[in-house]
Amino acid sequence: MNAIEFILAGMLAAATPFLLAALGELVVERAGVLNLGVEGLMAFGAALAFIIVYHGGGHFAGFVVAGLGSAALSLVFALIALGFRANQVATGLAIGILGQGLSALFGKSYESLTVKGLPKLSLPFLSDIPVIGGIFVQDVVVWLSLAATIGIWAFFAFSKGGLVVRAVGENPKAAHAIGYHVIAVRVIAVAFGGAMAGFAGAYASVVYTPLWADGMIAGRGWIAIALVVFGTWLTGRIFLGACLFGAVSLMGLAAQATGLNVPSQLLASLPYLVTIIVLGIISADRRLLKLNGVASLGEPFER
Amino acid sequence: MNALSAAFLPTLVRRERASFSATLAAPFLALAVATILNVALYMAMGRNPVDVVYAMLLEPFLSWASFSEVLLKAGPLLLIAQGLAIGFRAKVFNIGAEGQFILGAIFASAIPVWFPQATGQWIWPLMLVLGTVGGALWASLTAFWRVRLNANEILVSLMLSLVASQLLNYLLLGPWKDPNGFNFPQSVMFQYDAMVPLLISGTRVNVSLIITIILSFAAWIFMQRSFAGYKLQVGGLAPRAAAYAGFKEGWAIWLSLLIGGCAAGLAGAAEVAGPLGQLQRSISTGYGYAAIIVAYLGGLHPIGIIASSLFMAALYIGGDNAMVSANLPIAAVRVFQGSLLLAYLVAIAFVRYRLEWRRIVHRSQS
Repeated sequence: MNAIEFILAGMLAAATPFLLAALGELVVERAGVLNLGVEGLMAFGAALAFIIVYHGGGHFAGFVVAGLGSAALSLVFALIALGFRANQVATGLAIGILGQGLSALFGKSYESLTVKGLPKLSLPFLSDIPVIGGIFVQDVVVWLSLAATIGIWAFFAFSKGGLVVRAVGENPKAAHAIGYHVIAVRVIAVAFGGAMAGFAGAYASVVYTPLWADGMIAGRGWIAIALVVFGTWLTGRIFLGACLFGAVSLMGLAAQATGLNVPSQLLASLPYLVTIIVLGIISADRRLLKLNGVASLGEPFER
Repeated sequence: MNALSAAFLPTLVRRERASFSATLAAPFLALAVATILNVALYMAMGRNPVDVVYAMLLEPFLSWASFSEVLLKAGPLLLIAQGLAIGFRAKVFNIGAEGQFILGAIFASAIPVWFPQATGQWIWPLMLVLGTVGGALWASLTAFWRVRLNANEILVSLMLSLVASQLLNYLLLGPWKDPNGFNFPQSVMFQYDAMVPLLISGTRVNVSLIITIILSFAAWIFMQRSFAGYKLQVGGLAPRAAAYAGFKEGWAIWLSLLIGGCAAGLAGAAEVAGPLGQLQRSISTGYGYAAIIVAYLGGLHPIGIIASSLFMAALYIGGDNAMVSANLPIAAVRVFQGSLLLAYLVAIAFVRYRLEWRRIVHRSQS
């Protein structure tokens, strides 16, 4: 298998933690809320899922518990940032620190232990195509993530619920005036985002690299937040961005395998450097951000 | 059929004016709530709550030896938090102090690593200056990205912290590794003149604590008495008013990030030239993130931050104590820090709002 085939085949799996977390954050931000705690929510979900799977609970239960646990933690964010109208940046950071701390606390006795991942399912015929065939051999979570991407795109494109979420994010006063409960919509969005971050963390700890290590999320939650900006709050572009980051994080492995003489630390920083560069390029187009951005992002709602 | 149901729902009502007593009470209230929540967690983990509270919150203050360690830890937290608070007041969210701290440590280490034989009393001051420059340079990347490229400073500064920590690993495993260090990822031990002189004999507290306290008062004067500090605060509180008055946003972002970077860089330099005495991985233990909590807990006020940095330092020392005496994982400190900031954010809400129990009557028809 050459480097290109390797990256193509692994890209979607590597992209899945980014994708799930970013889709969740997309819904949160579309509702006008900035939750910066994604990294901690992912870590918390990752630890919960690992513990469940390690004790034989199975992957399904692991994902469910991770989703519920991270959603519960994100509701703490909702209570403080939306209920008490605290600064969303500070609240998000605090939830992030708390989530990472809790994951380290719960995961303490599981450090460096491993579990079994999930089997890959291949699509008939498509997976036999040379070079790109590897794309069609993925585990069930990857397929479900693709379905979730389409689902969220359709939710915003076609459903009334999607319009309500966007109205609440663009102009909460108007949404309130026509009878929508702004805070309730935002709380539901935050809980959804929390659950997605939990799934993303679970995928990282029990499927993608099925082992537990403190700090294993390694900035992926932050990159997911950046992805929402890269994708200019559009589902399709966020998917492409997640694939890009999946590919970038595999490039390090591919480069090492080919014996390229590059310091491993440089390869490890590659996703962060790409984030910084792409963020600069996308944000420099101020019109684009103004056009697609969420008008009331990060502002507390007061009647 | 008509059914009447009445419920008393708490509602936040905006106060006529901000409550000063609530401002003062907030950190103490937050501390009480966070302590109760965390002790409940320790009990659920099967630890003796009395042992943990004693080791974590009291023991650090009970002996001079451990209190001097608190002072030592408070130094970098205080310095970084003072720098960050100035930015936070201007609503410039530099959360990459960890990276700026690491770069300060790297820049300062360059002298003893490249000139291990050099002697003279000029070495440690120059190291502190270099560290300050290093932190400022790293922060200026974020400022450039924010001002010129309109990129979110939160994300850029955080990503740069992750890059900084990889850069540190690269240096310690590669070019700066001590050849006689048994392959440990650390630099050579610094020479005597590369160490900041001790302040109190018998402890590890050094002169950088004095510098830090002087800079804290400088921060107070800057924020409360200078026009530049005033412009920053107006920019944070009322961006439109600031723009109308001709206060440049770009200038405020550059200044905030450079101050934050200088402070964190200086703190990093003081750490390698102080208690560590060499560049090593343990330089990066999350001071840059903890300082964010210190800054908020101190009400973003230079004097408040002095108190909150002492408390947060005690929490670190106490966490170490509790790990030994009560077998509590060190991650408990992070949990405490996170819950403390959350509790504070709730408590501070009561500065601007008061809680009113309103009787809400629902009439439902069926």
